[in-house]
Amino acid sequence: MSSAWLEPWHHAVSLLPFEWARYEFMRLALLAVIFISPLMGALGTVVVANRLAFFSEAVGHAAFTGIALGVILGLANPLWSMVGFALLLTLAITWVRRRGGLSSDTAIGLVMAFTVSLGIVILSRGGDFARYTNFLIGDMLGVTPADVVGLAVLAFVVLGLFFVFFNRLLLASANPALARSRARHPAAAELFFAAMLAVVVTFSLPWIGILVINALLILPAAAARNLSGHVAGYFRWAVVVALVAGVAGLIVSFYASTATGATIVLVAMGIYLLTLLVRGWSARTSS
Amino acid sequence: MQLPAENAPAHHGIAPHRCGECCTTLRNLGVRFHGAAVLEEINLHLHCGELTAVIGENGAGKTTLVRCLLGEIPHSGEVQFLDAARRRADSPVIGYVPQHSSFDHDAPVSVLDLFAASLAVRPACLGVSRAVEAAAREGLVRTSAEHLLHRRLGTLSGGELQRVLLGLALTPVPNLLVLDEPVSGVDHSGREQFYELLSRLRREYDLAVLLVSHDLATLARFADRMVFLDRRIVCEGSPAEVLRDPRVREAFALDSLS
Repeated sequence: MSSAWLEPWHHAVSLLPFEWARYEFMRLALLAVIFISPLMGALGTVVVANRLAFFSEAVGHAAFTGIALGVILGLANPLWSMVGFALLLTLAITWVRRRGGLSSDTAIGLVMAFTVSLGIVILSRGGDFARYTNFLIGDMLGVTPADVVGLAVLAFVVLGLFFVFFNRLLLASANPALARSRARHPAAAELFFAAMLAVVVTFSLPWIGILVINALLILPAAAARNLSGHVAGYFRWAVVVALVAGVAGLIVSFYASTATGATIVLVAMGIYLLTLLVRGWSARTSS
Repeated sequence: MQLPAENAPAHHGIAPHRCGECCTTLRNLGVRFHGAAVLEEINLHLHCGELTAVIGENGAGKTTLVRCLLGEIPHSGEVQFLDAARRRADSPVIGYVPQHSSFDHDAPVSVLDLFAASLAVRPACLGVSRAVEAAAREGLVRTSAEHLLHRRLGTLSGGELQRVLLGLALTPVPNLLVLDEPVSGVDHSGREQFYELLSRLRREYDLAVLLVSHDLATLARFADRMVFLDRRIVCEGSPAEVLRDPRVREAFALDSLS
Protein backbone atom coordinates (compact mmCIF):
# COMPACT_ATOMS: atom_id res chain seq x y z
CA MET A 1 0.00 0.00 0.00
CA SER A 2 1.31 3.39 -0.93
CA SER A 3 1.87 5.66 2.00
CA ALA A 4 2.58 8.92 0.18
CA TRP A 5 -0.23 10.57 2.13
CA LEU A 6 1.84 10.02 5.27
CA GLU A 7 4.69 12.14 3.94
CA PRO A 8 3.48 15.42 5.52
CA TRP A 9 3.23 13.67 8.86
CA HIS A 10 6.72 12.19 8.61
CA HIS A 11 8.10 15.51 7.52
CA ALA A 12 6.43 17.46 10.32
CA VAL A 13 7.45 15.07 13.09
CA SER A 14 11.02 14.75 11.84
CA LEU A 15 11.41 18.49 12.33
CA LEU A 16 11.23 17.89 16.08
CA PRO A 17 14.66 18.15 17.66
CA PHE A 18 14.50 14.70 19.31
CA GLU A 19 16.33 11.52 18.52
CA TRP A 20 13.18 9.39 18.39
CA ALA A 21 11.64 11.64 15.75
CA ARG A 22 14.33 10.58 13.28
CA TYR A 23 12.99 7.03 13.05
CA GLU A 24 10.10 6.12 10.72
CA PHE A 25 8.85 3.34 13.02
CA MET A 26 8.55 5.83 15.89
CA ARG A 27 6.60 8.32 13.77
CA LEU A 28 4.20 5.57 12.72
CA ALA A 29 3.91 4.34 16.29
CA LEU A 30 3.16 7.88 17.45
CA LEU A 31 0.34 8.16 14.94
CA ALA A 32 -1.06 4.80 16.05
CA VAL A 33 -0.91 5.90 19.71
CA ILE A 34 -2.71 9.13 18.85
CA PHE A 35 -5.58 7.07 17.43
CA ILE A 36 -5.64 4.21 19.96
CA SER A 37 -5.19 5.97 23.30
CA PRO A 38 -8.02 8.52 23.13
CA LEU A 39 -10.31 5.78 21.81
CA MET A 40 -9.42 3.56 24.75
CA GLY A 41 -9.82 6.49 27.14
CA ALA A 42 -13.27 7.26 25.72
CA LEU A 43 -14.53 3.67 25.86
CA GLY A 44 -13.00 3.33 29.31
CA THR A 45 -15.39 5.93 30.73
CA VAL A 46 -18.28 3.53 30.08
CA VAL A 47 -16.26 0.44 31.05
CA VAL A 48 -15.68 1.96 34.50
CA ALA A 49 -19.14 3.50 34.95
CA ASN A 50 -21.05 0.39 33.82
CA ARG A 51 -18.72 -2.04 35.60
CA LEU A 52 -17.48 -3.86 32.54
CA ALA A 53 -13.80 -3.98 33.57
CA PHE A 54 -13.75 -7.72 34.19
CA PHE A 55 -15.58 -8.30 30.94
CA SER A 56 -13.00 -6.37 28.91
CA GLU A 57 -10.22 -8.27 30.69
CA ALA A 58 -11.85 -11.56 29.67
CA VAL A 59 -12.23 -10.42 26.07
CA GLY A 60 -8.52 -9.55 25.93
CA HIS A 61 -7.47 -12.90 27.33
CA ALA A 62 -9.77 -14.78 24.97
CA ALA A 63 -7.43 -13.69 22.20
CA PHE A 64 -5.36 -16.80 23.03
CA THR A 65 -8.15 -18.94 21.66
CA GLY A 66 -8.77 -16.49 18.81
CA ILE A 67 -5.16 -16.82 17.69
CA ALA A 68 -5.32 -20.59 18.07
CA LEU A 69 -8.41 -20.72 15.88
CA GLY A 70 -6.57 -18.68 13.25
CA VAL A 71 -3.70 -21.16 13.34
CA ILE A 72 -6.06 -24.12 12.99
CA LEU A 73 -7.90 -22.44 10.14
CA GLY A 74 -4.59 -21.62 8.49
CA LEU A 75 -5.15 -17.85 8.40
CA ALA A 76 -2.10 -15.75 7.55
CA ASN A 77 -3.24 -13.03 9.96
CA PRO A 78 -5.07 -14.30 13.05
CA LEU A 79 -6.74 -10.89 13.56
CA TRP A 80 -10.03 -11.92 11.99
CA SER A 81 -10.34 -15.14 13.96
CA MET A 82 -9.51 -13.12 17.09
CA VAL A 83 -12.24 -10.57 16.37
CA GLY A 84 -14.75 -13.28 15.47
CA PHE A 85 -14.02 -15.23 18.62
CA ALA A 86 -14.20 -12.10 20.80
CA LEU A 87 -17.67 -11.34 19.43
CA LEU A 88 -18.76 -14.93 20.02
CA LEU A 89 -17.48 -14.64 23.58
CA THR A 90 -19.41 -11.39 24.09
CA LEU A 91 -22.63 -13.16 23.13
CA ALA A 92 -21.77 -16.16 25.32
CA ILE A 93 -21.09 -14.04 28.41
CA THR A 94 -24.25 -11.99 27.85
CA TRP A 95 -26.27 -15.18 27.49
CA VAL A 96 -24.82 -16.75 30.63
CA ARG A 97 -25.49 -13.56 32.61
CA ARG A 98 -29.02 -13.22 31.24
CA ARG A 99 -29.89 -16.80 32.12
CA GLY A 100 -28.99 -16.01 35.70
CA GLY A 101 -28.00 -18.59 38.24
CA LEU A 102 -24.39 -17.45 38.10
CA SER A 103 -23.20 -14.11 39.30
CA SER A 104 -21.66 -12.05 36.57
CA ASP A 105 -18.08 -12.24 37.84
CA THR A 106 -18.28 -16.02 38.32
CA ALA A 107 -19.64 -16.44 34.80
CA ILE A 108 -16.92 -14.27 33.28
CA GLY A 109 -14.24 -15.95 35.40
CA LEU A 110 -15.27 -19.39 34.16
CA VAL A 111 -15.39 -18.34 30.53
CA MET A 112 -12.02 -16.60 30.81
CA ALA A 113 -10.30 -19.61 32.39
CA PHE A 114 -11.72 -21.82 29.67
CA THR A 115 -10.68 -19.65 26.71
CA VAL A 116 -7.19 -18.93 28.06
CA SER A 117 -6.51 -22.62 28.75
CA LEU A 118 -7.92 -23.76 25.43
CA GLY A 119 -5.82 -21.22 23.54
CA ILE A 120 -2.61 -22.07 25.42
CA VAL A 121 -3.15 -25.81 24.98
CA ILE A 122 -3.62 -25.47 21.22
CA LEU A 123 -0.78 -22.98 20.72
CA SER A 124 1.68 -24.91 22.89
CA ARG A 125 1.33 -28.15 20.96
CA GLY A 126 4.83 -29.12 19.90
CA GLY A 127 6.42 -26.62 22.29
CA ASP A 128 5.89 -23.70 19.95
CA PHE A 129 4.29 -21.20 22.31
CA ALA A 130 7.27 -18.82 22.28
CA ARG A 131 6.24 -17.73 18.77
CA TYR A 132 3.20 -16.00 20.26
CA THR A 133 4.77 -14.09 23.14
CA ASN A 134 4.56 -10.95 20.98
CA PHE A 135 0.85 -10.92 21.66
CA LEU A 136 1.47 -11.02 25.41
CA ILE A 137 3.46 -7.81 25.60
CA GLY A 138 2.61 -6.19 22.28
CA ASP A 139 4.82 -4.60 19.63
CA MET A 140 3.99 -0.97 19.09
CA LEU A 141 7.08 -0.42 16.97
CA GLY A 142 5.88 -2.83 14.29
CA VAL A 143 3.03 -0.59 13.12
CA THR A 144 2.73 -0.34 9.32
CA PRO A 145 1.07 2.44 7.28
CA ALA A 146 -1.80 0.03 6.53
CA ASP A 147 -2.27 -0.52 10.28
CA VAL A 148 -2.54 3.23 10.78
CA VAL A 149 -5.30 3.45 8.15
CA GLY A 150 -7.14 0.56 9.81
CA LEU A 151 -6.84 2.21 13.23
CA ALA A 152 -8.04 5.57 11.95
CA VAL A 153 -11.13 4.02 10.33
CA LEU A 154 -11.82 1.98 13.47
CA ALA A 155 -11.45 5.04 15.71
CA PHE A 156 -13.87 7.15 13.67
CA VAL A 157 -16.52 4.45 13.28
CA VAL A 158 -16.37 3.36 16.91
CA LEU A 159 -16.39 6.90 18.31
CA GLY A 160 -19.39 7.76 16.12
CA LEU A 161 -21.36 4.77 17.39
CA PHE A 162 -20.14 5.43 20.92
CA PHE A 163 -21.66 8.92 20.83
CA VAL A 164 -24.96 7.56 19.50
CA PHE A 165 -25.21 5.09 22.38
CA PHE A 166 -23.60 7.16 25.11
CA ASN A 167 -26.74 8.58 26.77
CA ARG A 168 -28.42 5.18 26.88
CA LEU A 169 -25.35 3.64 28.48
CA LEU A 170 -25.14 6.49 30.98
CA LEU A 171 -28.75 6.07 32.03
CA ALA A 172 -28.28 2.30 32.24
CA SER A 173 -25.32 2.82 34.57
CA ALA A 174 -27.42 5.12 36.76
CA ASN A 175 -30.53 2.94 36.97
CA PRO A 176 -31.50 0.15 34.53
CA ALA A 177 -35.20 0.29 35.45
CA LEU A 178 -35.27 4.04 34.86
CA ALA A 179 -33.49 3.52 31.53
CA ARG A 180 -36.12 0.97 30.48
CA SER A 181 -38.96 3.32 31.46
CA ARG A 182 -37.41 5.89 29.13
CA ALA A 183 -37.42 3.32 26.30
CA ARG A 184 -33.64 3.50 26.27
CA HIS A 185 -33.30 -0.31 25.89
CA PRO A 186 -30.37 -0.59 28.27
CA ALA A 187 -29.72 -4.29 27.65
CA ALA A 188 -29.45 -3.81 23.89
CA ALA A 189 -27.23 -0.75 24.29
CA GLU A 190 -24.92 -2.63 26.66
CA LEU A 191 -24.68 -5.63 24.36
CA PHE A 192 -23.85 -3.36 21.44
CA PHE A 193 -21.23 -1.53 23.49
CA ALA A 194 -19.71 -4.82 24.67
CA ALA A 195 -19.39 -5.98 21.06
CA MET A 196 -17.77 -2.69 20.06
CA LEU A 197 -15.40 -2.97 23.01
CA ALA A 198 -14.48 -6.52 22.03
CA VAL A 199 -13.56 -5.37 18.52
CA VAL A 200 -11.45 -2.43 19.72
CA VAL A 201 -9.62 -4.46 22.37
CA THR A 202 -8.87 -7.23 19.90
CA PHE A 203 -7.65 -4.86 17.18
CA SER A 204 -5.32 -3.11 19.61
CA LEU A 205 -3.90 -6.26 21.21
CA PRO A 206 -1.02 -6.89 18.78
CA TRP A 207 0.41 -3.46 19.65
CA ILE A 208 -0.44 -3.07 23.32
CA GLY A 209 -0.26 -6.66 24.54
CA ILE A 210 -2.80 -9.02 26.11
CA LEU A 211 -1.38 -8.64 29.59
CA VAL A 212 -1.76 -4.89 29.95
CA ILE A 213 -4.46 -3.77 27.54
CA ASN A 214 -7.23 -3.63 30.14
CA ALA A 215 -5.26 -1.16 32.23
CA LEU A 216 -5.24 1.22 29.29
CA LEU A 217 -9.04 1.18 29.31
CA ILE A 218 -9.50 1.55 33.05
CA LEU A 219 -6.73 3.83 34.31
CA PRO A 220 -7.60 7.00 32.33
CA ALA A 221 -11.26 6.77 33.36
CA ALA A 222 -10.32 6.00 36.97
CA ALA A 223 -8.03 9.04 37.00
CA ALA A 224 -10.74 11.20 35.39
CA ARG A 225 -13.23 10.24 38.11
CA ASN A 226 -10.93 11.92 40.60
CA LEU A 227 -10.89 15.14 38.62
CA SER A 228 -14.51 15.80 37.67
CA GLY A 229 -18.01 15.85 39.11
CA HIS A 230 -19.90 15.74 35.82
CA VAL A 231 -19.94 13.59 32.72
CA ALA A 232 -18.47 16.03 30.21
CA GLY A 233 -15.44 16.70 32.43
CA TYR A 234 -15.04 12.99 33.16
CA PHE A 235 -14.95 12.24 29.44
CA ARG A 236 -12.56 15.07 28.58
CA TRP A 237 -10.10 14.15 31.33
CA ALA A 238 -10.16 10.45 30.41
CA VAL A 239 -9.30 11.25 26.79
CA VAL A 240 -6.56 13.71 27.80
CA VAL A 241 -5.01 11.35 30.36
CA ALA A 242 -5.04 8.48 27.84
CA LEU A 243 -3.42 10.62 25.15
CA VAL A 244 -0.75 12.03 27.46
CA ALA A 245 0.05 8.59 28.89
CA GLY A 246 0.14 7.07 25.41
CA VAL A 247 2.52 9.63 23.89
CA ALA A 248 4.71 9.92 26.99
CA GLY A 249 4.83 6.12 27.41
CA LEU A 250 5.86 5.63 23.78
CA ILE A 251 8.71 8.12 24.04
CA VAL A 252 9.92 6.78 27.41
CA SER A 253 9.88 3.24 26.02
CA PHE A 254 12.09 4.40 23.13
CA TYR A 255 14.80 5.76 25.41
CA ALA A 256 14.49 3.02 28.03
CA SER A 257 14.26 0.20 25.44
CA THR A 258 11.18 -1.26 27.11
CA ALA A 259 7.90 -2.75 25.85
CA THR A 260 5.70 0.18 24.81
CA GLY A 261 2.30 -1.11 26.05
CA ALA A 262 3.53 -1.77 29.57
CA THR A 263 5.42 1.54 29.68
CA ILE A 264 2.27 3.44 28.68
CA VAL A 265 0.38 1.68 31.47
CA LEU A 266 3.02 2.64 34.04
CA VAL A 267 2.80 6.29 32.98
CA ALA A 268 -1.01 6.11 33.20
CA MET A 269 -0.66 4.58 36.67
CA GLY A 270 1.60 7.49 37.68
CA ILE A 271 -1.02 9.97 36.46
CA TYR A 272 -3.70 8.08 38.36
CA LEU A 273 -1.70 8.33 41.59
CA LEU A 274 -1.26 12.08 40.99
CA THR A 275 -5.04 12.47 40.60
CA LEU A 276 -5.50 10.75 43.96
CA LEU A 277 -3.29 13.44 45.50
CA VAL A 278 -5.22 16.18 43.69
CA ARG A 279 -8.50 14.76 44.98
CA GLY A 280 -7.24 14.48 48.54
CA TRP A 281 -5.90 18.01 48.37
CA SER A 282 -9.09 19.50 46.93
CA ALA A 283 -11.21 17.61 49.49
CA ARG A 284 -9.11 19.07 52.28
CA THR A 285 -9.23 22.64 50.98
CA SER A 286 -12.98 22.53 50.32
CA SER A 287 -13.91 21.26 53.78
CA MET B 1 -66.99 10.64 15.71
CA GLN B 2 -63.39 11.05 14.82
CA LEU B 3 -61.37 14.04 15.85
CA PRO B 4 -58.73 15.26 13.43
CA ALA B 5 -55.34 15.00 15.07
CA GLU B 6 -54.61 18.73 15.06
CA ASN B 7 -57.68 19.36 17.18
CA ALA B 8 -56.50 16.97 19.82
CA PRO B 9 -56.68 18.61 23.23
CA ALA B 10 -53.31 19.07 24.85
CA HIS B 11 -53.13 16.71 27.76
CA HIS B 12 -49.81 18.01 28.98
CA GLY B 13 -51.00 21.44 30.03
CA ILE B 14 -51.82 22.40 33.57
CA ALA B 15 -55.42 21.61 34.38
CA PRO B 16 -57.00 23.46 37.27
CA HIS B 17 -59.02 20.49 38.48
CA ARG B 18 -59.57 16.84 37.77
CA CYS B 19 -60.76 16.03 34.30
CA GLY B 20 -61.64 12.47 35.27
CA GLU B 21 -61.79 11.64 31.59
CA CYS B 22 -58.43 10.21 30.71
CA CYS B 23 -57.43 7.02 32.37
CA THR B 24 -55.27 3.97 32.27
CA THR B 25 -57.25 0.76 32.18
CA LEU B 26 -55.91 -2.65 33.11
CA ARG B 27 -58.17 -5.43 31.90
CA ASN B 28 -57.79 -8.95 33.15
CA LEU B 29 -54.04 -8.56 33.39
CA GLY B 30 -52.03 -11.64 34.31
CA VAL B 31 -48.36 -12.63 34.55
CA ARG B 32 -46.81 -16.06 34.84
CA PHE B 33 -43.21 -16.93 35.69
CA HIS B 34 -42.19 -20.50 34.91
CA GLY B 35 -45.83 -21.54 34.77
CA ALA B 36 -46.78 -20.12 38.17
CA ALA B 37 -49.22 -17.21 38.30
CA VAL B 38 -47.60 -14.12 39.83
CA LEU B 39 -50.51 -11.84 38.97
CA GLU B 40 -53.98 -12.74 37.77
CA GLU B 41 -57.30 -11.10 36.99
CA ILE B 42 -56.06 -7.59 37.64
CA ASN B 43 -58.73 -5.05 36.67
CA LEU B 44 -57.92 -1.46 37.51
CA HIS B 45 -58.82 2.03 36.36
CA LEU B 46 -56.28 4.72 37.09
CA HIS B 47 -57.92 8.11 36.66
CA CYS B 48 -56.08 11.33 36.23
CA GLY B 49 -55.93 13.55 39.26
CA GLU B 50 -56.14 10.45 41.41
CA LEU B 51 -53.45 8.87 43.54
CA THR B 52 -53.86 5.10 43.73
CA ALA B 53 -51.75 3.32 46.32
CA VAL B 54 -50.97 -0.37 45.87
CA ILE B 55 -50.18 -2.18 49.09
CA GLY B 56 -49.37 -5.80 49.73
CA GLU B 57 -46.88 -8.10 51.36
CA ASN B 58 -43.49 -8.95 49.89
CA GLY B 59 -43.96 -11.20 46.88
CA ALA B 60 -47.57 -10.08 46.37
CA GLY B 61 -46.72 -8.94 42.83
CA LYS B 62 -46.49 -5.18 43.38
CA THR B 63 -43.25 -4.67 41.52
CA THR B 64 -44.40 -7.09 38.81
CA LEU B 65 -47.47 -4.89 38.31
CA VAL B 66 -45.22 -1.85 37.92
CA ARG B 67 -43.04 -3.65 35.40
CA CYS B 68 -46.15 -4.58 33.37
CA LEU B 69 -47.18 -0.94 33.21
CA LEU B 70 -43.70 0.01 32.04
CA GLY B 71 -43.99 -2.61 29.30
CA GLU B 72 -41.00 -4.50 30.64
CA ILE B 73 -42.44 -7.98 30.98
CA PRO B 74 -44.91 -9.93 28.86
CA HIS B 75 -48.39 -10.29 30.29
CA SER B 76 -51.83 -11.50 29.31
CA GLY B 77 -54.82 -9.19 29.30
CA GLU B 78 -54.70 -5.58 28.28
CA VAL B 79 -53.24 -2.25 29.37
CA GLN B 80 -54.94 0.65 27.65
CA PHE B 81 -54.16 4.33 27.89
CA LEU B 82 -56.94 6.77 27.02
CA ASP B 83 -56.40 10.49 26.80
CA ALA B 84 -58.89 13.18 27.69
CA ALA B 85 -60.71 12.80 24.36
CA ARG B 86 -61.13 9.10 25.12
CA ARG B 87 -58.83 8.26 22.30
CA ARG B 88 -56.36 5.51 22.67
CA ALA B 89 -52.83 6.69 23.28
CA ASP B 90 -50.61 3.98 21.87
CA SER B 91 -47.31 5.35 23.07
CA PRO B 92 -48.19 6.96 26.35
CA VAL B 93 -45.57 8.85 28.32
CA ILE B 94 -45.01 7.04 31.59
CA GLY B 95 -43.06 8.78 34.30
CA TYR B 96 -41.26 6.39 36.59
CA VAL B 97 -39.64 6.94 39.96
CA PRO B 98 -37.59 3.85 40.74
CA GLN B 99 -37.19 2.02 44.01
CA HIS B 100 -34.26 3.15 46.19
CA SER B 101 -31.62 4.14 43.69
CA SER B 102 -28.17 4.24 45.01
CA PHE B 103 -25.39 6.02 43.23
CA ASP B 104 -21.69 5.76 43.81
CA HIS B 105 -20.49 8.65 45.90
CA ASP B 106 -17.67 9.04 43.40
CA ALA B 107 -19.61 8.61 40.18
CA PRO B 108 -18.95 11.74 38.10
CA VAL B 109 -22.62 12.16 37.14
CA SER B 110 -24.47 15.37 37.96
CA VAL B 111 -28.22 15.88 38.18
CA LEU B 112 -28.04 17.74 34.88
CA ASP B 113 -26.25 14.75 33.30
CA LEU B 114 -29.07 12.48 34.42
CA PHE B 115 -31.62 14.71 32.67
CA ALA B 116 -29.43 14.93 29.56
CA ALA B 117 -29.08 11.13 29.42
CA SER B 118 -32.89 10.85 29.51
CA LEU B 119 -33.86 13.74 27.24
CA ALA B 120 -31.04 14.71 24.91
CA VAL B 121 -29.81 13.39 21.59
CA ARG B 122 -26.39 14.98 22.00
CA PRO B 123 -24.21 12.66 24.10
CA ALA B 124 -23.80 14.07 27.60
CA CYS B 125 -20.04 13.53 27.38
CA LEU B 126 -19.90 16.33 24.80
CA GLY B 127 -21.74 18.77 27.04
CA VAL B 128 -25.39 19.67 27.56
CA SER B 129 -27.29 22.06 25.30
CA ARG B 130 -29.04 25.14 26.69
CA ALA B 131 -32.42 23.73 25.69
CA VAL B 132 -31.88 20.55 27.68
CA GLU B 133 -30.52 22.51 30.63
CA ALA B 134 -33.66 24.70 30.56
CA ALA B 135 -35.89 21.61 30.43
CA ALA B 136 -33.99 20.09 33.35
CA ARG B 137 -34.31 23.28 35.36
CA GLU B 138 -38.04 23.42 34.62
CA GLY B 139 -38.44 19.81 35.75
CA LEU B 140 -36.56 20.49 38.97
CA VAL B 141 -38.56 23.64 39.70
CA ARG B 142 -41.68 21.45 39.85
CA THR B 143 -40.20 19.56 42.79
CA SER B 144 -38.37 22.56 44.33
CA ALA B 145 -35.03 20.98 43.53
CA GLU B 146 -33.59 23.45 41.03
CA HIS B 147 -30.71 24.26 43.36
CA LEU B 148 -29.51 20.66 42.92
CA LEU B 149 -28.98 20.97 39.14
CA HIS B 150 -25.19 20.82 39.22
CA ARG B 151 -24.79 18.53 42.23
CA ARG B 152 -23.26 15.10 41.86
CA LEU B 153 -25.86 12.34 42.27
CA GLY B 154 -23.73 10.55 44.86
CA THR B 155 -23.73 13.55 47.18
CA LEU B 156 -27.54 13.91 47.38
CA SER B 157 -29.46 12.82 50.46
CA GLY B 158 -32.21 10.23 50.02
CA GLY B 159 -34.91 12.89 50.06
CA GLU B 160 -33.08 15.16 47.61
CA LEU B 161 -32.49 12.27 45.23
CA GLN B 162 -36.17 11.33 45.24
CA ARG B 163 -37.16 14.94 44.46
CA VAL B 164 -34.72 14.91 41.55
CA LEU B 165 -36.07 11.60 40.26
CA LEU B 166 -39.65 12.86 40.60
CA GLY B 167 -38.73 16.01 38.68
CA LEU B 168 -37.22 13.82 35.98
CA ALA B 169 -40.31 11.61 35.85
CA LEU B 170 -42.40 14.77 35.24
CA THR B 171 -40.25 15.84 32.27
CA PRO B 172 -42.17 15.63 29.99
CA VAL B 173 -45.43 15.58 31.98
CA PRO B 174 -46.52 11.94 31.72
CA ASN B 175 -49.89 10.28 31.05
CA LEU B 176 -49.24 8.09 34.03
CA LEU B 177 -46.83 8.50 36.92
CA VAL B 178 -45.61 5.27 38.51
CA LEU B 179 -43.65 5.20 41.77
CA ASP B 180 -42.18 2.01 43.20
CA GLU B 181 -41.39 2.36 46.92
CA PRO B 182 -40.14 5.88 46.27
CA VAL B 183 -39.35 6.77 49.87
CA SER B 184 -37.77 3.64 51.29
CA GLY B 185 -34.61 4.78 53.00
CA VAL B 186 -35.86 8.35 53.47
CA ASP B 187 -36.43 9.64 57.00
CA HIS B 188 -39.88 10.39 58.40
CA SER B 189 -40.04 14.13 57.73
CA GLY B 190 -38.56 13.60 54.27
CA ARG B 191 -41.32 11.09 53.55
CA GLU B 192 -44.06 13.47 54.66
CA GLN B 193 -42.60 16.22 52.48
CA PHE B 194 -42.35 13.88 49.51
CA TYR B 195 -45.98 12.78 49.77
CA GLU B 196 -47.20 16.34 50.22
CA LEU B 197 -45.27 17.35 47.11
CA LEU B 198 -46.66 14.40 45.17
CA SER B 199 -50.18 15.25 46.30
CA ARG B 200 -49.83 18.85 45.19
CA LEU B 201 -48.33 17.90 41.81
CA ARG B 202 -51.08 15.38 41.18
CA ARG B 203 -53.67 18.16 41.49
CA GLU B 204 -51.63 20.77 39.66
CA TYR B 205 -50.87 18.59 36.63
CA ASP B 206 -53.96 16.41 36.85
CA LEU B 207 -51.78 13.33 37.03
CA ALA B 208 -52.82 9.72 37.24
CA VAL B 209 -50.52 8.32 39.90
CA LEU B 210 -49.84 4.72 40.87
CA LEU B 211 -47.78 4.36 44.00
CA VAL B 212 -46.43 1.16 45.50
CA SER B 213 -45.50 1.44 49.14
CA HIS B 214 -45.42 -0.14 52.59
CA ASP B 215 -46.03 3.11 54.33
CA LEU B 216 -49.67 2.53 55.37
CA ALA B 217 -50.11 5.31 57.90
CA THR B 218 -48.88 8.05 55.59
CA LEU B 219 -50.65 6.62 52.55
CA ALA B 220 -53.93 6.66 54.43
CA ARG B 221 -53.72 10.44 54.46
CA PHE B 222 -52.51 11.07 50.93
CA ALA B 223 -54.00 8.34 48.72
CA ASP B 224 -57.41 8.72 47.04
CA ARG B 225 -57.72 5.04 46.51
CA MET B 226 -56.04 2.00 47.90
CA VAL B 227 -55.62 -1.45 46.36
CA PHE B 228 -54.60 -4.46 48.43
CA LEU B 229 -52.78 -6.87 46.20
CA ASP B 230 -52.01 -10.50 46.83
CA ARG B 231 -51.44 -12.05 43.42
CA ARG B 232 -54.91 -10.72 42.62
CA ILE B 233 -56.80 -7.69 43.88
CA VAL B 234 -58.08 -8.72 47.28
CA CYS B 235 -59.89 -5.48 48.02
CA GLU B 236 -59.92 -1.88 46.87
CA GLY B 237 -61.60 1.35 47.85
CA SER B 238 -60.90 4.44 49.90
CA PRO B 239 -57.94 4.10 52.27
CA ALA B 240 -60.34 4.01 55.24
CA GLU B 241 -62.32 1.16 53.72
CA VAL B 242 -59.29 -0.88 52.76
CA LEU B 243 -57.57 -0.40 56.10
CA ARG B 244 -60.73 -1.65 57.85
CA ASP B 245 -60.72 -4.88 55.87
CA PRO B 246 -59.85 -7.83 58.13
CA ARG B 247 -57.58 -9.39 55.48
CA VAL B 248 -55.53 -6.19 55.31
CA ARG B 249 -55.44 -5.87 59.10
CA GLU B 250 -54.16 -9.41 59.39
CA ALA B 251 -51.55 -9.11 56.61
CA PHE B 252 -50.04 -5.96 58.13
CA ALA B 253 -50.66 -6.97 61.77
CA LEU B 254 -52.55 -3.72 62.33
CA ASP B 255 -54.48 -5.02 65.35
CA SER B 256 -51.45 -6.15 67.28
CA LEU B 257 -49.95 -2.66 67.18
CA SER B 258 -52.32 -0.89 69.53
